[in-house]
Amino acid sequence: MVILPLKMVGATAYVRGKRLVGPVDLTLAPEGFTIVIGPNGAGKTTLLRLMHGLQRLSGGSIDWAVSLTEARRKQAYVFQSPIMMRRRVVDCIAYPLLLRGENKKSARAKAKTYAERYGLGHVLQNWAPDLSGGEKQKLSLARALITEPEILFLDEPCANLDGRATREIEAILQKVQDEGNRIVMSTHDLGQARRLAKDVIFMLNGKIHESGEAEEFFSAPQTLEAQAFTNGEIVE
Amino acid sequence: MNEITQGFWDAWALILFFDPDLYEIIFLSLRVTVTAVVIASLIGLPIGALLAVNRFRHRRFVIALLNALMGLPPVVVGLFVYMLLSRAGPLGGFGLLFSPSAMIIAQVIIITPLIASISHQTVRDLWANYHDLLISLNTTRAQRISALLWDSRRALLTATLAGFGRAIGEVGAIIIVGGNIDHATRVLTTAIALETGKGNFAFAMGLGMVLIMLAIIVNLLIHNLTKTEQASTW
Repeated sequence: MVILPLKMVGATAYVRGKRLVGPVDLTLAPEGFTIVIGPNGAGKTTLLRLMHGLQRLSGGSIDWAVSLTEARRKQAYVFQSPIMMRRRVVDCIAYPLLLRGENKKSARAKAKTYAERYGLGHVLQNWAPDLSGGEKQKLSLARALITEPEILFLDEPCANLDGRATREIEAILQKVQDEGNRIVMSTHDLGQARRLAKDVIFMLNGKIHESGEAEEFFSAPQTLEAQAFTNGEIVE
Repeated sequence: MNEITQGFWDAWALILFFDPDLYEIIFLSLRVTVTAVVIASLIGLPIGALLAVNRFRHRRFVIALLNALMGLPPVVVGLFVYMLLSRAGPLGGFGLLFSPSAMIIAQVIIITPLIASISHQTVRDLWANYHDLLISLNTTRAQRISALLWDSRRALLTATLAGFGRAIGEVGAIIIVGGNIDHATRVLTTAIALETGKGNFAFAMGLGMVLIMLAIIVNLLIHNLTKTEQASTW
């Protein structure tokens, strides 16, 4: 069953009386690679967390094409700072499958395949917290993708990585997208946004300031703020 | 000073020549304490994890109470258990007073808050780290607690070892509920108190040395058995 499209109507998030995001109206189609861009504090992370259900909705609605329980099972999230469980790499990747009732042997076998696919074959038995930054993020990706989600949320996955690790992660994401997975990713790296995006959401002050197809957005941004941002100027 | 030196050598003789009375006391002490630690861990570890993961009304009060109970006076616990198990008490029918079971009950009451409190602090820190991931993975409450307890198992061993340390050295409560009966409820600490009172310093010293050695050996053994993360930097 397809969980998309995702429809957000007037979605708002308040934390301790402060509005972080909203009201946001947005529809995510079943296919594509959406990049959420904007300056720090624009609400990129909160928007992703709202979609994924990590952030409590203060107002408005968020609806999937299926029930929320079904939708939650078919999505995954990769955090900006990789959260490493105190386990071996293979066990970290297998963990989501164990939660879903798969037996340990088959979960580990599948985890091994995913680890090798994402360049972690040589560190399978290492302790996850001891990995390098790039390896940790690859582990996060493998752990997210092992459940074969329909939609993958990524919150600035390359924010703390060097050029080489960033290139490796981008290659993985490109491949994941080519395999038909829906990706929504936030970044403050315009170069990365240009390289990966099929469509763009430009956030400012907790609201969607401008959105559209990536090519169109980067060649002819409609608003002054988007123009300034794409030109590399400071936008607040 | 001469008496202490003499006591020291006599103590070694008792240990090395396998004095049956000494070893009977050692085995009973271990049986009572290890049983109490296992029961207290089974109660205390999940309580600590639940307090770390759950948000509920008066949570702070419960945590403060738990921390306060770490300093529970053993003599008061002994008195309380005595009243419960005495013939006129609500559990008098079980005939547990002056038995190792009564001593285990008292020790469980004393060390459960200690284990729960330390495990709460340990699991709370890990929960702060894992929170978003475990929510994102759609875990149930039981799955979260299980993951947190498993992944903090090494630190939680410190909690159980602290419980062991407190229990093996405890005297006030178990002398009240156990009665320090020879060949029945006499353990290391109660025997030390008795032998010191009798002026039998060698035997008391032997028991004291064994008590200290037991604490060290158990700690070393546990640390040796849990070297799974030894190569790791965390």
